[in-house]
Amino acid sequence: MEPATGLKLDYNHKLTIKEFPYIVRWREDRCKRCGQCTAVCPNGAIKPAVKYMRVIESGGDTPKPRPVRRIIHVIEQVDNMENYCTGCAMCALVCPNNAIEPEYNPQNKFLFYKNRGGEGYKRGGRRNDPGVSTLDRIKFTRISMLTDPALDAGRHEFRVRSYIGRILPPEELPLKVEDGRLVVDKSSGKFIPPVREIFPIMIGSMSIGALSPHMWEGLAMGVAYLNEVEGIPVVMCSGEGGFPPRLLKSRYVKYFILQIASGYFGWDSIIHTLPYMTEDPAAIEIKYGQGAKPGDGGLLMAPKVIKLIAEIRGVPKFVDLPSPPTHQTKYSIEEAVMKMIQSMSMAFGFRVPVYPKISGTRTAKAVLNNLARNPYAAALCIDGEDGGTGAAYNVSLDKMGHPIASNIRECYLDLVKQGKQNELPLIAAGGIGKKGNLAANTAALIMLGASAVAIGKYIMQATADCLGDEYNRCNMCNTGKCPRGIATQDPKLYRRLDPDKVAERVVEVFKAADVELRKIFAPMGRSTELPIGMSDGLSIDDKEMAERLEISYAC
Amino acid sequence: MCRLAAISSSKYFSPMENILALETMKEGHDGSGLGLTLKDLGGDFKDLKDYPILSGICSNRGREVLDAYMDEMGFKLIYRWRPKIKPVKGIVARDFYFAGVYDYPEEWKDKPFEEKEQLLMNTRLALRRMGEADESIFVFSFYPDVITLKEVGDPLEVAEFFGLDKDILKAKVIFAQGRQNTNYQIYLYACHPFFLQGYCTMTNGENTAFVPIREFLMSRGFPGYMGYNSDSEVFCHILHYTNKRLGFPLTYYKDVITPLKWQEIEQRPDREALSLIKQSLRPLCIDGPNMVIGFIPDGTCFMVQDAKKLRPGVVGGVKGKYALMSELCGLDKVIPERDKSKDIYPMKYDMVIVSPEAKEVKVWNQLQA
Repeated sequence: MEPATGLKLDYNHKLTIKEFPYIVRWREDRCKRCGQCTAVCPNGAIKPAVKYMRVIESGGDTPKPRPVRRIIHVIEQVDNMENYCTGCAMCALVCPNNAIEPEYNPQNKFLFYKNRGGEGYKRGGRRNDPGVSTLDRIKFTRISMLTDPALDAGRHEFRVRSYIGRILPPEELPLKVEDGRLVVDKSSGKFIPPVREIFPIMIGSMSIGALSPHMWEGLAMGVAYLNEVEGIPVVMCSGEGGFPPRLLKSRYVKYFILQIASGYFGWDSIIHTLPYMTEDPAAIEIKYGQGAKPGDGGLLMAPKVIKLIAEIRGVPKFVDLPSPPTHQTKYSIEEAVMKMIQSMSMAFGFRVPVYPKISGTRTAKAVLNNLARNPYAAALCIDGEDGGTGAAYNVSLDKMGHPIASNIRECYLDLVKQGKQNELPLIAAGGIGKKGNLAANTAALIMLGASAVAIGKYIMQATADCLGDEYNRCNMCNTGKCPRGIATQDPKLYRRLDPDKVAERVVEVFKAADVELRKIFAPMGRSTELPIGMSDGLSIDDKEMAERLEISYAC
Repeated sequence: MCRLAAISSSKYFSPMENILALETMKEGHDGSGLGLTLKDLGGDFKDLKDYPILSGICSNRGREVLDAYMDEMGFKLIYRWRPKIKPVKGIVARDFYFAGVYDYPEEWKDKPFEEKEQLLMNTRLALRRMGEADESIFVFSFYPDVITLKEVGDPLEVAEFFGLDKDILKAKVIFAQGRQNTNYQIYLYACHPFFLQGYCTMTNGENTAFVPIREFLMSRGFPGYMGYNSDSEVFCHILHYTNKRLGFPLTYYKDVITPLKWQEIEQRPDREALSLIKQSLRPLCIDGPNMVIGFIPDGTCFMVQDAKKLRPGVVGGVKGKYALMSELCGLDKVIPERDKSKDIYPMKYDMVIVSPEAKEVKVWNQLQA
């Protein structure tokens, strides 16, 4: 029996607040007890509490401090690990008096305890590594000045465009000379693979289901506007989760890359819509791996599988949707890659580029070499360890995968050895714009050998104020309780997000990136074509990294 | 900045004409070198047009190695021209400057010229590899009816050093470049003009797209695409690749190095082929600023600009003699009697083409082709 004082003799079953990743700082003197913070907290990490406390009061005509005992109302941080404070700071956002905010606790022992019930810690977000990435250490050091005049980023004409699609080597072009002019030799019967011209930054694969309807719609509207009004051919990948049939039948589908992954979610609907499509999609991405969780398939948690999602994906409502780690019907790389590429190409009449996406890995070159020999492979997308996800085990996010910079570089140099560097475009993903340097990271990857990059987290942060960071802030996309309304299917939450505003921001982000890319390429004297593989323009402040990337060392 | 003087004529003329043109442009070069390529040779070489000429520089030891190798390969020396070296202050004379005319090895004599060309190139590359490390052998060209001379120093002084003012060396097409590659290390293999199997270019400006172009060329599996001690060497090899290897007509060189925009391609009758070229040859797109002067095996000379047109260049002359110069003063020096109102300053879409024997000059426009 507990003593009447309320004191407990044994506290060993409780964690101290110092074990938690974020400590809620609440200021009693500023709080007006409106309750907004506790109402908004997505994880139930704070609660109102009633305390019986001794306080000092002064009052009357001749104030004199005196102790009194009083019942007071406070905001308390919950000491239950399931309801840990994620640091999202929604409480601070809604507080009218700046009375509350979470503070990161670097001494936390979160991971020691976040495995109750024998279940590993699952979350969304990105790798929790706040260090400076290789991409952010790369500098552009070849500055044109006198021997080769620098260009004017504002006034010169720039072509910031790239290709996805298998490009024929010049030696194999079906051309012949007639009257001093080159003409395509139709009698050769040579297959000319489809190629799309795109802006070198694309929106990477994030599914309907992982994203809220408002977020996905906002991105899609922004992409359509960029293409149709601004003339910037940005493409966006659907992710694994199907595609709205109405959009599939519209002319806007040409701005989208449809993804097929190991769960084949949504493809029944896509296949049935094929005869009614008026335009081809920009490309087909076959997902074999994902940088954030290599070796895992996609995962959509049950709370997010609402009626709309269930319909698009062709599954029951409110069940977990884990995609298998590999395409179960295929047993070898030849099967998995070659046959699937050919099947998908055939489904779209060989008019659509089809390419695989893999997670960054030391074995990327093995995949690359298979693709290099497959004349239907349209590109290779490599997703590095800094990629994001809506749901994964923490250990996969933090510890699995390969950094993108050296993976892309070694693949590009391997293609150079084979003379195929222009035939098979490399798409880099995972950690681009991790610290906000979207254009610089993109340009660095292009000069290392990528033809294009795909972004995910950056676009969510820039367009919808995603709260996540590398200190495990928020990162609860898997719970369906995204406080910003980005990664949730709860209408109460996603109504917070205005799709028009997201679309506006998408347009702003890409227009700004276009300008910034010019500001990088102009002083380097490049404007006519994308400087793919222009490694002499790059330096890094670490000799071993420089050696590995085969760029110069500068300090 | 490099200064370039190319002359094409129906009559044999002395390279001194080019060098005096360079002299008028002296303000624009730092006198750090001279490169000369002579094609369609006169004088002593006039009757030796079918035989390949090896041009280069050797140390005394390198000469022994070279001669031994040529003997071993079965090449027979028919004639050897050597410049009459006159010591000039500031120019360090090397041991042995030469242009040797050889007869083909017996077993190669009846082979088609295409195969002989490969033999000549492979022989040159082998000699280059033998003498590159210790700089005992420099070989610049090994091809019929072509001589290449290179040395470090002020062009006029180098000409005096070689005794060109007194020599009978003459040709109908002569390219001269008045500057070493001073952006980088001064090195004879970095000196323009660059020559490969009948194709030759010299360039003004720095090529910012050098590395991806070099990587693309080196990965074509053709042994002649090597060297690249200068970023400008790729212009010659792109010309060789598009015209000889791919069989594209000359004007497509312009379409490869400065591809049109898509909406411009739509206006061209060969739009379908151009679209494929734009994609497949994307790595060969130059990004200037560059002005390129070149010749091809039939003696046609040309001048093109990069897409931004940031370097000067002018073509002018009279029927039977045209000059392609980086500056007008050079043209005035060589052909003062021409109608100056007909001088051509190629703009970004233009390719100025001087036909063999300097019969006519025409401007090919990339937009209206």
